[in-house]
Amino acid sequence: MHDIHVVDLSRLQFALTALYHYLFVPLTLGMSFLLAAMETVYVTTGREIYKKITQFWSKLFLINFALGVATGLTMEFEFGTNWSFYSSFVGDIFGAPLAIEGLMAFFMESTFVGLMVFGWGRLRRGQHLAVTYLVALGSNLSALWILIANSFMQAPTGAHFNPVTMRMELTSLSDLIFSHDAQAKFVHTSIAGYVTAAIFVAGVSAWYLLKNRHTELARRSFRMAVLFGALATVGVITLGDALGFVGAQAQPTKLAAMEGLWKTEPAPMPFNLVAFPSQQEHVNRGTIQVPYVLSLLVTHSLTGSVPGFDELEQQATARIRDGIPAVAALQTLSAKPNDADALAQFQAHEKDLGYGFLLQRYAPDVTAATDADVADAARDAIPQVAPVFWSFRVMVVLGLAMLAYFVMAVIYTMRNRVERKRWFLKLAVWMIPVPFLANEAGWLVAELGRQPWTVYGMLPTWMSASTHSVGYMAFSLIGFVTLYTVFIAIEMYLMVRTIRRGPDDDHAGALPHDRLHVDRMAGYAEG
Amino acid sequence: METYAALQVLWWLLLGVLLSGLAVMVGMDMGVGTILRYVGRNDGERRVALNIIGPHWDGNQVWFILGGGAVFAAFPLIYATAFSGFYVVMLLLLWSMILRPLGFEYRSKLPSAGWRNAWDWALFVSGLVPMVVFGAAIGNLFHGVPFQFSWNLTSTYTGSFLGLLNPFAILCGLLSASLSVFMGAAMVMNGAKDEIFERARTLARMGAALAIVLFGIGGFWVHGMGGYVLTAGPGAGVPQTPLQQSVALANGAWLANFDAHPALWLLPVAGFAGMLLGLLAASARRSHLAWWLGALGWLGVIGTAGVALFPFLLPSSSVPAQSLTVWNASSSQHTLLWMSGFAAVFVPLVLWYTSWAFYVMRGKVDVADVVADEHAY
Repeated sequence: MHDIHVVDLSRLQFALTALYHYLFVPLTLGMSFLLAAMETVYVTTGREIYKKITQFWSKLFLINFALGVATGLTMEFEFGTNWSFYSSFVGDIFGAPLAIEGLMAFFMESTFVGLMVFGWGRLRRGQHLAVTYLVALGSNLSALWILIANSFMQAPTGAHFNPVTMRMELTSLSDLIFSHDAQAKFVHTSIAGYVTAAIFVAGVSAWYLLKNRHTELARRSFRMAVLFGALATVGVITLGDALGFVGAQAQPTKLAAMEGLWKTEPAPMPFNLVAFPSQQEHVNRGTIQVPYVLSLLVTHSLTGSVPGFDELEQQATARIRDGIPAVAALQTLSAKPNDADALAQFQAHEKDLGYGFLLQRYAPDVTAATDADVADAARDAIPQVAPVFWSFRVMVVLGLAMLAYFVMAVIYTMRNRVERKRWFLKLAVWMIPVPFLANEAGWLVAELGRQPWTVYGMLPTWMSASTHSVGYMAFSLIGFVTLYTVFIAIEMYLMVRTIRRGPDDDHAGALPHDRLHVDRMAGYAEG
Repeated sequence: METYAALQVLWWLLLGVLLSGLAVMVGMDMGVGTILRYVGRNDGERRVALNIIGPHWDGNQVWFILGGGAVFAAFPLIYATAFSGFYVVMLLLLWSMILRPLGFEYRSKLPSAGWRNAWDWALFVSGLVPMVVFGAAIGNLFHGVPFQFSWNLTSTYTGSFLGLLNPFAILCGLLSASLSVFMGAAMVMNGAKDEIFERARTLARMGAALAIVLFGIGGFWVHGMGGYVLTAGPGAGVPQTPLQQSVALANGAWLANFDAHPALWLLPVAGFAGMLLGLLAASARRSHLAWWLGALGWLGVIGTAGVALFPFLLPSSSVPAQSLTVWNASSSQHTLLWMSGFAAVFVPLVLWYTSWAFYVMRGKVDVADVVADEHAY
């Protein structure tokens, strides 16, 4: 039986490690393509300044990349260490994209990143450029497979539950790969990475322009970043809208949480601009509404309506009751795999198995469940509304702010005025943290909104965790928090230091230019 | 049924290939980390050792990640049960391993000797600890691990962290660490000259000699050890859960496969031959040959362990009947088939471009190059 504190601690740990990992990934996704673009200009024009530009930004890319790789290791193993039931229950489906990611994408990215760094003197120009593109392709393909896996959790397709093996199994890899959720999510997420990289490069370049340092490099980098970022931001918002559209059908509870919809209302529905949702009383306080807008946003029409939690809880209650015979039959099948009656009963109620599991949290023997247990389980069927509601608004507001910023940046760049607008350059520096915050908020919307499920409608979160003790969880959490805090401090320090020293710092580590110095260093290192 | 059984065996073999890839490629890099402070007596020399594997460690590390992903995809119950059961050990593995990318990337970014020294120690820890854990985990499979399943296959691990540090597991951990030192030292010999080369040679010989002795002791140990026998169950190629079989314990059972198929003795022979000839090659300063022989040694060692355990993957010491085998822990036929397709295309492709990367970066590294190259670690 699962200790609910362990489940919560497992969630906390996964969220912390994933959010942390996700600080570094988007920058890698975007920077890799920006580097490829910069190097393309170098190779096609042959102008040395672009080689310098490429090499300088690749230093920053690598500082970020190292921590992305390091924390990615945790992710690959955390499903097994902390979500063991989840892993065995859907490993047949979920494992495949992870393995393919390693085989097809991460190998490519990691092998060629070595050549990208060390191959400057050994590869012909065209070869090195190809290597840089392969790094970008690898990292983006990697994101594709990870998001295909993630989309299975959000909108499971291409799979069924097999009572013989007591787990979910793959029925169609193409359904899994080409799920609408996966496609929209991949494009939305990877382009968000391009925006992140663009704002980072533009921000650092703006800082140089403000300090009047490396202006040649900074001006060109700024332009490329702004162009790249402006196109990408439009893409992120368009695809974010598409994702909302797709997601509304696949995950009505997430949508209701994003919009704070306690009650189903007739179309055209108003949009809650601001609200303070109360989970206890199922109402919003301090609401500011805009009429019609929700129907327009979510259904792309004025006549469309989406269900609120009152309706969703009723649906959940019915499905929970229908899940009872499914779980009971499965329990019989576990002991007697050839029981034909149990199999027939299971097949009749199979579609609500997940809801039966939801009830098992309150009634381990589902056949003895009381109405109160069913009501508790139905209340669980909706996520915590306030965090999803607010994360969504933070993401959207930051997204719109980035769009406004890029519109201005494009105008000023085209008019060649950027360097005279010091306030805008300062703004560009202050914009650097914005995409990171928006990315994290986006993760929170997607994953908090998915609750109470790890696999939407199929497997509840409470069942998915490993059966550890609270002590073990405390140990691992403290370990991760300590290590990760030290790491981020080091990473930020190196980033800032490398930026401050700028592109003319031939190599931070190559301080010992003369032989004498090497020997002196050697003496220190021995101690 | 035959197709499914064949796919299960194929993925058992591929698991062996992936574990060998992990052991050879990641083990080599970790070996360099373990011996870093000995082969390199000063900063410049250590940077030489680091830069020999500098262009490759990242790509190599994917063998480790892919190992995790492939177990997840092909044997989900193993991934779920072993990784959660070995929780504390897995954390030690992870926490030491995540020091490595940072060690490589950040170490030489600052001139401070204290900084670099600290990272050298981090690289030592992240080289030695994971290899000991890797071997010890495989060693524990021979004794079985205390876990059991509920009706819906929720696994519960009932042992302790210290239980995983039993003498046989430690022996296997040391074997794995010795082999990694051998491979790391052979790689340093490939890319270094003069004193660094000579120090690496000494370590390579020590690593190989120790590995031979440990592998020999391990063989005798297993000879008298209680092993598991699958006495009844749905069998190969039949979809099933681990709740439907009977398992007995018998002394010497881990050698039953070798007795039934004497040709399998070639695996431990290959293990010994690889390590012994590798030792001789290292002594003769033939480092490339030594490296390849070490890889053969690894294949022999991992193959021996895999065949001894077959069809078991993770025996349960608390409820032996719920032991995980190739037949009850694998993914569905559909998934295995797709995964085989991807493996058939991408494994050769990966091997091809990995070799190209080694070819591009071939040759010796020396202190002057490293100091002059602004991209070096």
